[in-house]
Amino acid sequence: MNWSPMVISLKTASVSIIITFFLGIFAAKLVVGMKSDKVRIVIDGVLTLPLVLPPTVLGFFILLILGVKRPLGKFLLEFFSVKIVFSWTATVIAAVVVSFPLMYRSARGAFEQVDKNLIMAGRTLGMSERMIFWRIIMPLALPGIASGGVLAFARGLGEFGATAMVAGNIANKTRTLPLAIYAEVAAGNMEGSYGYVAVVVLISFAVLSLMNYFTMKGSKYINKDELK
Amino acid sequence: MSLEVSVKKKFKGFSLEVNFRTNGEYLGILGASGSGKSLTLKCIAGVETPDEGRIVLNNRVLYDSKKNINIIPQNRNIGYMFQNYALFPNMTAEENIGVGLKLPKKEKKIKTNELMKLFRIEDMGYKYPAQLSGGQQQRVALARIIAYEPDVLLLDEPFSALDSRLKSELHTDFLDLLKLYNGEVLIVTHSKDEVYRFSENLALIEKGTITGFGKTKEIFEKPRSLSEAKMIGCKNISQCSIKDNKIYCSDWGIVLEPKDIPENCSYIGIPSNSFEIANEAGINTIECKLINVVEEINEYTIAIENSNGNETKPIYFNINKEVWNNRKNKDKLYIKINDFYMLK
Repeated sequence: MNWSPMVISLKTASVSIIITFFLGIFAAKLVVGMKSDKVRIVIDGVLTLPLVLPPTVLGFFILLILGVKRPLGKFLLEFFSVKIVFSWTATVIAAVVVSFPLMYRSARGAFEQVDKNLIMAGRTLGMSERMIFWRIIMPLALPGIASGGVLAFARGLGEFGATAMVAGNIANKTRTLPLAIYAEVAAGNMEGSYGYVAVVVLISFAVLSLMNYFTMKGSKYINKDELK
Repeated sequence: MSLEVSVKKKFKGFSLEVNFRTNGEYLGILGASGSGKSLTLKCIAGVETPDEGRIVLNNRVLYDSKKNINIIPQNRNIGYMFQNYALFPNMTAEENIGVGLKLPKKEKKIKTNELMKLFRIEDMGYKYPAQLSGGQQQRVALARIIAYEPDVLLLDEPFSALDSRLKSELHTDFLDLLKLYNGEVLIVTHSKDEVYRFSENLALIEKGTITGFGKTKEIFEKPRSLSEAKMIGCKNISQCSIKDNKIYCSDWGIVLEPKDIPENCSYIGIPSNSFEIANEAGINTIECKLINVVEEINEYTIAIENSNGNETKPIYFNINKEVWNNRKNKDKLYIKINDFYMLK
């Protein structure tokens, strides 16, 4: 078994989750704090769209923006000699775009579930907005945010469609686990994909267990005796 | 010390418009749920912004829509105790108390420990709110607010989150703890018992407007308007008309003769404890028909009706069990009305 798809996949998923994690939290905080409901609905729709669009459509949009003949792609190529499409960076971009809505929605849900009275109480007690965010909202939303992060990581790891569109399927460069499985099966080599399939299933299962753990941890502040 | 509030705020299907002023005595705001009590407190604390109006605390303008003043809640120095106490569940009791204090670590520790002793929660500092009983949570919440040395204390239904079995015990306790604070106190509640116990002055609020204001004891002793009578729990209220110094209560079909009749008296209210069994008809004594007797723990609740045969609303009153059972004339029932409210 060739180990390179595993290394590439883990590298891609790890880098993309860091970007997705902070981007998702930031976007969620921004949307939750919006005053106008109309603006919120529109922005939320745009941010969630990648969740429902086929990955190929997302790949299409990424190519539309970063393709070498497109303004941004051209600019990066001419001034920085950076070609993004069909490079490892493209796998990261595809993973970020596809996993972003999961992170964003989980974080948003977690923020919105924090009791408004607690925030108001913090204000009347003289806590600054920043202190309220870091000492009340974040700790209470953390279980939801963490499980969103884990989910987004798994989604990034399993990304196939958009990656194939923008990064191609170049062995030892952009061939991630899902692409490697596809390539083996397409070549009529079912046995060759067993190892890759096993790795994907194992990691996904580990991720789900981790998510359940975070959800359980979220009930730490509830009196356990009361539940009995 | 004084607090002056006049605010307006509109929502779909509900509008708040309240004006009142306090002078350092405890003020109770009594109203049903959804009447705008909590919203009023939130506007004072600055966590809700009214559409227009003015709020002045001890000559400090907190909000003035005309002058575009709206001080942020952090700078208003108002202590707000939320209905469910709003203790931060991720912090221990001690951390909760110290959270708003802007002091160096050491001094903060000294101050929180002092407060915990004062509020008798010194052994619970390490516990999380979910591990505390309702009464303990209440004390932590009060300590947390008093630590912050606010100019005014706003208490939003301070007992609604508590077990009713413990309430009366905690009332006395809470009143003692409140004495640790010397400043203005506003208490919002739907319970007339709480308002009577805690506040010298009383504001009645109904559907977003203040419908009565005055000394608590005076309002309970002698309500002056229909809404005051309803709010203090008067069950017998009838429309009335006046002729020749006599009051005709149209809902009951009875006539009452008071010593003097105030102007614009259009309703009559009779408290349920001002009835007495009489032997014969007379002034303010009616011959009546018994409709229903309900046995309560300490007394009977009796429903009666005027015996002249016309369809009328029943009158309810409470009477001592022995007095009722030992009444002499069991064929005919004469009831004397000792006291009644003449209402606007």
